[in-house]
Amino acid sequence: MSQTIKTTYREALKQGLREALQNDDRVFLMGEDVGRYGGAFAVSKGLLQEFGEERIMDVPLSESGFVGAGIGAALAGMKPIVEVMTVNFGLLAMDQIVNNAATLLHMSGGQLNVPVIIRISCGIGQQLAAQHSHSWEPFFAQVPGLVVLSVGTHEDARGMLHTALQSPDPVIIIEYTSMLNLEKEISTDAGAVNITKAKVIKSGKDISIITYGTGVYKCLESADELAAEGIDAEIIDLRILRPLDEETFLASVTKTHRALIVEDAWRSVSISSEISSRIMEKAFYELDAPVKRLCGVEVPIPYPLHLEQASVPQKSDIVKAVKQIINP
Amino acid sequence: MTEFLMPSLGADMEDGTLVKWRKKSDDTVKRGDIIAEVETQKGLIEIEVFDEGVIEKLLIKEGEKVPVGTPMALINPDGAEVETKKEIASMKKEVNLQPIEEKAEQKVMEKSTKEIRIRVTPIAKKIAQDKGVDLSQITGTGENGAITKDDVENAIVQKGERSKTEKGEKPVEKLVEVEPEKTGAQPSEPELYKIEKQPVEVKKERALTPAEAIRSAVAAAMSKSNREIPHYYLEKRVDMSKAMAWMKETNRERPIQKRLLPAALFIKAVASSLDEVSELNAIWENGLQLKNEINIGFVVSLRTGGIIVPVILQADSKSVGEIMEILNDIIPRARALKLRSSELSDSTITITNIGDGSADKVFGVIYPPQVAIIGFGNITEQAFAENGMLGIRPVVDVTLAGDHRATDGITGSRFLGSLDKYLQNPESL
Amino acid sequence: MNKTKILMPKTKSKKIDLDAKKAHHLFYQMLLIRKFEDKAAEEYTKAKIRGFLHLYIGEEAVAVGVIQALTDEDNILCTYREHGHALARGMDAGAIMAEMYGKQEGCSRGRGGSMHLFDKSKNFFGGNAIVAGHLPMSVGMALASKKQKKNNITCCFFGEGAAAEGEFHEAMNLAALWKVPVLFVCENNLYAMGTAIRYTHSMQELEKKGAGYGVESSAVNGMNLMAVIDAANEAVQKVRDNGKPYLLVCNTYRFRAHSMFDAELYRDKKEVEEWKKRDPIPEFQEFLLKQKIITEKEIKKIENQVDSEIQKAVDFAEAGTWEPIDQLTEFVYSKKETK
Repeated sequence: MSQTIKTTYREALKQGLREALQNDDRVFLMGEDVGRYGGAFAVSKGLLQEFGEERIMDVPLSESGFVGAGIGAALAGMKPIVEVMTVNFGLLAMDQIVNNAATLLHMSGGQLNVPVIIRISCGIGQQLAAQHSHSWEPFFAQVPGLVVLSVGTHEDARGMLHTALQSPDPVIIIEYTSMLNLEKEISTDAGAVNITKAKVIKSGKDISIITYGTGVYKCLESADELAAEGIDAEIIDLRILRPLDEETFLASVTKTHRALIVEDAWRSVSISSEISSRIMEKAFYELDAPVKRLCGVEVPIPYPLHLEQASVPQKSDIVKAVKQIINP
Repeated sequence: MTEFLMPSLGADMEDGTLVKWRKKSDDTVKRGDIIAEVETQKGLIEIEVFDEGVIEKLLIKEGEKVPVGTPMALINPDGAEVETKKEIASMKKEVNLQPIEEKAEQKVMEKSTKEIRIRVTPIAKKIAQDKGVDLSQITGTGENGAITKDDVENAIVQKGERSKTEKGEKPVEKLVEVEPEKTGAQPSEPELYKIEKQPVEVKKERALTPAEAIRSAVAAAMSKSNREIPHYYLEKRVDMSKAMAWMKETNRERPIQKRLLPAALFIKAVASSLDEVSELNAIWENGLQLKNEINIGFVVSLRTGGIIVPVILQADSKSVGEIMEILNDIIPRARALKLRSSELSDSTITITNIGDGSADKVFGVIYPPQVAIIGFGNITEQAFAENGMLGIRPVVDVTLAGDHRATDGITGSRFLGSLDKYLQNPESL
Repeated sequence: MNKTKILMPKTKSKKIDLDAKKAHHLFYQMLLIRKFEDKAAEEYTKAKIRGFLHLYIGEEAVAVGVIQALTDEDNILCTYREHGHALARGMDAGAIMAEMYGKQEGCSRGRGGSMHLFDKSKNFFGGNAIVAGHLPMSVGMALASKKQKKNNITCCFFGEGAAAEGEFHEAMNLAALWKVPVLFVCENNLYAMGTAIRYTHSMQELEKKGAGYGVESSAVNGMNLMAVIDAANEAVQKVRDNGKPYLLVCNTYRFRAHSMFDAELYRDKKEVEEWKKRDPIPEFQEFLLKQKIITEKEIKKIENQVDSEIQKAVDFAEAGTWEPIDQLTEFVYSKKETK
C-alpha cells in the first residue's frame, strides 16, 4: 500500500518543473511573467529565486518571437520549455509551431530534430468571456509532427513533463487553468509517466466514456452517480491527443459495446469527431448503440456564469447522456 | 538537330501564345539569347534559348497558342550531329496515396414494397446471423426501437428459462407460433430447441433451422389434437359455377395484381357462415367458449416442408377484395418466414385449402383449442345433377372436422349448408 | 513605369588584404552560383524542377561576401532564395540539384525541393519559405550559443520584404534585449516579389530600423564584392566581440524575375539593364585582372571547372532515384522511441 499526499494540480505542475530544471542543465523555462511575477497562474512561483535568470526567462509579449526562439534554441541543442500563457494567445505562435517545429524534421529529410516543449494553458476559466476561454486542442492535434498531450489528472501534471523532455520531437503540453486549485491525493512516489498510452482510469462493462482534459474528473464523478443506479461505466483518459492511442479505446468499446465521448472543445471537427470515426471504422460490429458525443456548444464562450456553464458538458449532462444510451 | 520546345515556366502553366519571334531562320543563337516573346496567364514573358547553334526553322507562327512542350523551332547545333531529344519527361507519377476521395453518399431509402427495414445494432445483427435468429420476430428495446444485443440474446432463450431483471425488458415473442400458448401440456424446451451441454460456463445453443423447428411444432400440435379431440367428419360438394362466373366478371374490371382467387371467396364465405353458426367459432377449454371475433387462420405450405398458419383478423368485416389483398401480402411473407407474431395468433378457426395440389378432398386435424377445421379440395369439373338435368360443372368438395365435445353433426351440417348458400350467391359476400 | 530611386551609401575606402588563392576561390564561388542558377532555370523550363524556383542571379556578391566571414561552427539561416548561400557554404552542387529534382539523393532527401535546402553537417538551417519565419529561430539559436558559452554566431539572411513582418520586429527586439550574437543580413533587392520598396516601407533606409531596437546597423553596396567583404568582416567581428546583434543591409538587385513564372510587369526593363551594368561578377573580374591577382588563363580554367562541376551536378541529379512511396510517412516523428 503506497502512501499518498494531498496536492493541487498547480503544485504538481510545479514539482514537475522543478525536477526538470534540477535534472538537466540544458532545460530552461521561458514565458511571459514566469519569473518576477511568479507565473501568470503561479505555477512557476519561486523558481526564479531558486534557479536564477539564466534558467527562468521572462519574455516580452512576442509569442511568435519567443516560441520561434525556443525552437531555434532546441535546434541548437538546448531543452527549452516555452510557456505560452494561454492557448488564446497561441494563435500568434501558430506559424512557428506548425511551419517550423512540426515540419523541420521532415523538410530537412530527417536531419534536424526540434526537442522543444511548449506548455499552453487551455479551457474555460471563470467568466473570462470569448477571447480568454478557448478549448483549441483540436487545432494542434491535427498537425503531423507534433506530439500533443492533455493533462487531465494530477498524476499527469506531476509526471508528463519529465517524459516529454526525453522526446526528440516537439511536444505541446496542454494544461487547464480551471484545475489549478483542485486538490487530490497522489502517491508519494508519483513521478514520470508514459506519454504514449491512454489510460483506463475506471474499469466498467456497460459503456465506455472517452474523454480528456477537464472531462476526466467530471466523468469520474458522473461514474459514481451512475454506479448508484446500477450502471457500470468504464472511463478512459485519452492523455495523448496526437498520436492517439486507439488500441485502448477500441478494446474498451469491444468490451462494453457502447461509447460516449466527452470534451469541452466545439463539436465540429473535434477530437470526438476523430474518435467517433475510428470507432466506426474499426469497431463497428461491436457497437450496440450509436456513438454519442458531448461537446462544447458552438458558441463563443459567453460571460455570464449560467451561460458559460451551459456551453460545456457538465456532470449532470454526462449522467443523463449515459442513461439515455443504456435505456433509450 | 535540337528542338526548341515551349518551356514550362510554372507548374500551373499549360500553354503559351507566341506573340513575336525575336530571331529568325539562319540566325545564330547562343545560350541566354531571347528567342521569342510569349503571352501567358501571368503576362508577356521573354523566353530564352539554352542551346547554341543556328536556327534551322521556325515551326510555329506568331499568334499561335501551343501547349507546353510543343516544338517551336529547330536549331542546328554547331556541328552536323542530328539529335532530337524530347526533354520534357512526364514527371507526374500516379501516386496512390491514402484514399482522399469520399464515396458519394448513398441514401438508403425505405423501399416502397412491403419489406420493412429492421433497425438493429451491428453487434446484435452479427449475433443474430451467427445463431440463425429471425430478427423480424423481435421487438427492439434500443434507440428508436433498434434491436440490441440483449434483445437477440433474450430471443434465443426460451420464455421463462432466464429472467433478466436488471433491465426490465418487454416480453419477447417466439420464432414460430403454430398455436396459441397453453400451459400444462406445453411441449417442454428440449422438443423445440437443442442445447448442447458444454463444460464451459458460457452458454452455447444451437437453434434449430426454421424448417426443423416448424416440423417439430407441427408434430407436437397434431399429436395433441389426435390425443385429446374426438373428431367427427362431414363433407359437401358445392357447385362453383355461379361463384366462378361472378369472379370472372369481377376480375375483368380489376387490375392483375388485384384479381380475386377462389381462396379469398372461400375465406369470406366461411366467415359469413360462422356468423350464422357461431358455435363453430369458439374454443374448447373446460367447456365451450364462443369467440366474438372471427379470426380465420389458413394453412400455408412451406417449400422447405411443414406448414405455417397466418391469421386474417375479423374476416367477417372485410370484403373479398380486402381479403385478397391480405393474402397477397401475407402468403409470400409466410413462405419466407417473415411474419410478425401478431399475424400468427388469435385464430378462432382454421381453413385448410389444398387448392393447388392433386387431392380432391382434405380431412383436416383440428388445432386445439379450436373446435373445427374446414377443408377445401381442388375445384374440378364434375358431373352434376340438378333439377333432373345432368351437366358438367366446376365443383369443390368442402369438408368439416368438428370437435364432438363441443358440437354435434347437426351443427356442422348447418354450417356447410350456409356455406353452400353463400357460394351460390357470391355477390352477397 | 516609375523608376525606383536607388539609395546607395558610400562604401568604405579601406584597403583589403586579399591573397590570390582566396580571391580565386571567391571568384569561383560567384561564378558557380551564377552558372548554377542559369542551369536551374534551364532545367525548370524542361520541367525537371517543379514548384517554385527563386534565382539569385545578380546578388552573388552578398552571399559570397558575407559567408566568407563566417566559420564552420557559425549557423546560417536563409530564405527560399538560398541556392547561392548553400553553394557559398560549400554544399555539394549535385546534392542541391538532386534536391531540386526531388530525388532522394538530394540534401534534404528530396523532401524539401528548391526552397528547403538543409545540411546539418554544415550548420546550414534552410531554406525557409515563410517570409520572416526563420528570424525568431535565428535569435533562439544565438541564445543557445550564449547559454552554452559557445563562440559561434548565427547569421540570418532575409529580404527587405521580411522587414515588414511582425516576426522581424519581434526578433530584433528579442535579440537586442537578450544580447545574443546574431548577424541579421537584409538583402534589399528593392522588390518584395512584385512590389517596390517605396510601396512597402515607410522608412526605406532599412539600416535606420536597427536604431529603434538598439541594434547597431549599417548598409553596403551589395553589387561590389569587396565592399561586402569589408562590411561583413567588420559586422561579424563586432557580433563575435560584443555578443550583440548587428543589422547589415546589403543593397542589391536581382536580374531575373522573382520566380520563374513572373512576367515582371512591375519593373522597367531599362532599370534592369542599368543594374546589369553593375553585375558583380564582371566587376570583380575586372578588379582582379587590374590588380593582377588573376590572369585570363586562370579565369578560363575556373570557368571550365565550374562548367564541369555543374554538368556533373546535373548528371548526378538525372541519375538520382525516387524515394519509394511506401516511405511516405517517414520523417514525421523521430525513429527514436518516445517513452
